[in-house]
Amino acid sequence: MDSVTTIAIASIITAGFTTGIGTMFPAMAEGKSVASALSSLAQQPDASSTITRTLFVGLAMIESTAIYCFVVSMILIFANPFWNHIIAK
Amino acid sequence: MKLSPDETIFWQHGFFTINLTIVTTWAIMLLLVIVAKLITRNLKTNLNISRWQCILEMIVTTINNQIKEVGLDNPEKYIGFIGTLFLFIGISNLCIIFPGYEPPTASLSTTTALAICVFFAVPFFGVKEGGIGGYLKTYLQPTWIMLPFNLIGEITRTLALAVRLFGNIMSGGMIVAILLSISPFIFPVIMNVLGLLTGMVQAYIFSILATVYIAGSIQVKHSKKKN
Repeated sequence: MDSVTTIAIASIITAGFTTGIGTMFPAMAEGKSVASALSSLAQQPDASSTITRTLFVGLAMIESTAIYCFVVSMILIFANPFWNHIIAK
Repeated sequence: MKLSPDETIFWQHGFFTINLTIVTTWAIMLLLVIVAKLITRNLKTNLNISRWQCILEMIVTTINNQIKEVGLDNPEKYIGFIGTLFLFIGISNLCIIFPGYEPPTASLSTTTALAICVFFAVPFFGVKEGGIGGYLKTYLQPTWIMLPFNLIGEITRTLALAVRLFGNIMSGGMIVAILLSISPFIFPVIMNVLGLLTGMVQAYIFSILATVYIAGSIQVKHSKKKN
């Protein structure tokens, strides 16, 4: 297997695994945070604006780890420096 | 496949290029300045104010309240910076309704520039409030062992701000583009609506995080006041 094939296989498989595994754990964490926000909303409905705002801020912070994985996958597929280098040869 | 509006180049001369990012950024800036100038031409203080002045007052009051809730006591000092961040990112993400428009925040250059502005604004406000000694003391804040983590944290949270905003907005546009080639009837519209929602949420997140970082850098003055 020459290096062009190796780089292509490694990039494609890694891109798939990055997005696949990288979105599982943030999704679980977001589910847990929404669940605890809902239970605290049920306990104290008059703090709902604070809880909702904190929930959204927390969700965006958790989401950003999934976004990092997505950006790495995009780089591997569309702006892959190893692929560009090996193709230019 | 175009990853960002940086790749659409209108004019290039040596080092200087005019791409779609720059054009849309200047268009958004012109829009904000012209609308603000037009609305604040005849400000009234009685009960009969125009609708536009009412909207503007609602926006300013809401941002002031949000800054106060994070813990900064005089929001008038910070609303210039934080309000501009929120309005610029919010309006540039809302305008994806217009056809043929690509938000400038979908390019890593714009989001990195905004994150660098926050990176420099944090010590600026910290030194303005607490002096240089007070600001440097915040790096030793919980205990002095946290010093390397605070230093690394400064850089990583700037990077995180840039990549978070870029990733959210770019992925919204890319999802719509991919769906247009698969099932072009209803789903791209739904994903565009989701993109509007995440655009506004990300604008709010960016400005709230900037406020929290600034509030963290003037923490010394705060704990003195509370005692």
